Amino acid sequence: MAELGTERKGTARVLAGRLWNSRWLLAAGIVAVLAAYGFAGMSAWVVVLAVALLFAAAMLPSAAARQFTESGAATEAGGLQRLSGEYLAAAVADPLIIFDRTATIVHANAAAFAAFGGIAPGMSLPLKFRAPEMQALLDSVLSGNVASDVVDYTEKLPVERAYRVSASSVGHATDLYVLVFKDQSEARRIDRMRADFIANASHELRTPLASISGFIETLRGPARNDPAAREQFLQIMQNQTGRMARLIDDLLSLSRLEMKPYLRPGTEVDLRQTVDSVIDSLGPLARENGVVVERDFVEGPLDVPGDRDELFQVFENLLENACKYGQSGGRVTVSIARSDAAPEPGIDVTIRDYGPGIPEEHIPRITERFYRVDVENSRTQKGTGLGLSIVKHILTRHNARLSIKSEVGNGAAFSVHLPAR
Amino acid sequence: MQSVHIVSAYDEELKYLSKRIAAMGGHAERMVEQAISALVNADPGLAEKVIRDDIVLDEGQREIDDKAIVIIAKRQPMATDLREIVGAIRISADIERVGDLGKNVAKRVVAVTDGRQPTSLFRGLEALADLALTQLKEVLDVYASRSVEKIGFVRDRDDQIDAMYTSLFRELLTYMMEDPRNITPCTHLLFCAKNIERIGDHATNIAETIYYIVTGDQMPAERPKGDKTDKIVLPASQPAK
Repeated sequence: MAELGTERKGTARVLAGRLWNSRWLLAAGIVAVLAAYGFAGMSAWVVVLAVALLFAAAMLPSAAARQFTESGAATEAGGLQRLSGEYLAAAVADPLIIFDRTATIVHANAAAFAAFGGIAPGMSLPLKFRAPEMQALLDSVLSGNVASDVVDYTEKLPVERAYRVSASSVGHATDLYVLVFKDQSEARRIDRMRADFIANASHELRTPLASISGFIETLRGPARNDPAAREQFLQIMQNQTGRMARLIDDLLSLSRLEMKPYLRPGTEVDLRQTVDSVIDSLGPLARENGVVVERDFVEGPLDVPGDRDELFQVFENLLENACKYGQSGGRVTVSIARSDAAPEPGIDVTIRDYGPGIPEEHIPRITERFYRVDVENSRTQKGTGLGLSIVKHILTRHNARLSIKSEVGNGAAFSVHLPAR
Repeated sequence: MQSVHIVSAYDEELKYLSKRIAAMGGHAERMVEQAISALVNADPGLAEKVIRDDIVLDEGQREIDDKAIVIIAKRQPMATDLREIVGAIRISADIERVGDLGKNVAKRVVAVTDGRQPTSLFRGLEALADLALTQLKEVLDVYASRSVEKIGFVRDRDDQIDAMYTSLFRELLTYMMEDPRNITPCTHLLFCAKNIERIGDHATNIAETIYYIVTGDQMPAERPKGDKTDKIVLPASQPAK
């Protein structure tokens, strides 16, 4: 607005200057006519002609001024008019896609690229957004029956997202249309989180709770006067409350991850430093379990795009599992290697233990919530059944992959493939 | 598609074909998604809707077949165009089968959810469906973007699906051995799992067709079968846990 104001002021000033100039022109014209009249002694009709010419000359600057006024108005609106659609699209934080009459993408802003990988100008829109409601939306706007339309669109995979999508035509007869996505995932996630949390928590917390209440009953009844038993039961109860606390921590951590909007993390993470600090922080646990952690890092910079805290949690969970469940192997190898193989070059972080390994039929499923290969073992190791689920969730957000290789008796290798963009 | 023909109506016709394929694909994705959610949430109403929706895919396939044949007769396509058209016929057939499989899952909803089952029964199935749907989505995305270099992933995914299916098979057998009352729902779930696994196979087929459309070569054939359920035997004397 401020710019428009100064522009208007500038126009007025130039206009006044023009008027001033035209006054001089007028004066010069009159002097010229008078001089010509005085010197040459022309007939009356020539004088009339000269006056007419003078009027024309006086008209000319006013015409130019009018022209200038118009162009002034044009620059005034021109700030908006000239504004490239691209800049406007870039300034919009929501995903925005501009497309033409044939539903071909003309332009998509950065938010759209980030939200929907694999779109490019020239691509056909209905091929990418195949959901029936999106197809109907595009059809209705392109048919010209309605100027704009709104639908709710949800994507279930790879991460659940919900959008309110509005499509409308742009300007008059530009043959361009625009699609704007308003992210509604958060509200939906909160709903889901509540439901999931209650379902999971109530189910998983009931077991330790039942055991605690059982021991309380015993302590008040038969074991009332038995100090040895009391001590033992109190110890068990403490373990159970500890387990409940861990469970709640993990559930909250998972829920918090699910709450975060789906965004490709913009920052870079130094994997060498991250993995090193994970190994350091788990040093006590490794010693306690009698496990030696070996490092095998490749030379050179090991930066990948990602969120440091989240990746720290990934490697922490994996290394913790390796130390706990691969205890019998006595050592754990952490290696970082570059994998330049097509189609996605990146960095592989592999955490390998030499313990009992995981039976083949469990491998595809161990990232499911509360899926345990061996319930007893998991309980004694203070596992909550959520660790790998958290790992998988973080990696999905990073566009990374987790592959698990294991042979019974030969340990297990968890490898994280992080794309280097 | 990529090229521009002198007769613009020809381009329009080819575009129309791919647009119809995408619409069918979106519809099939939605059907499978809803069938699974009907199964997990015991929602016979939604299952009913999925069963009704299948007719759209049948019509879609018929329409694509008709259109494709008319284009072949009228335009005498060569090279890429011909592959595009033949590919459309093949892909639409695969998508139609995906829809049928989704419909079959929906049909079993009532039988499975008859007595309320524990959610742990469905968790594995849900994960399997997620894998299959992701694969289908990726394949159809490649159809849109034509970036065939991404197709390698599809086969990786197929191996994952097979592994998951094998694991699920085992789990369901165990449930049946634990309690004979589980046999009815678990048998239905076994078929559901098989259906979902088949969806993955159809997605792989579509990927191969796309590869053929874009490159003109057949996708190199290296497909070790990861489905090992044909060898699973649980000992009859295994104690119920």
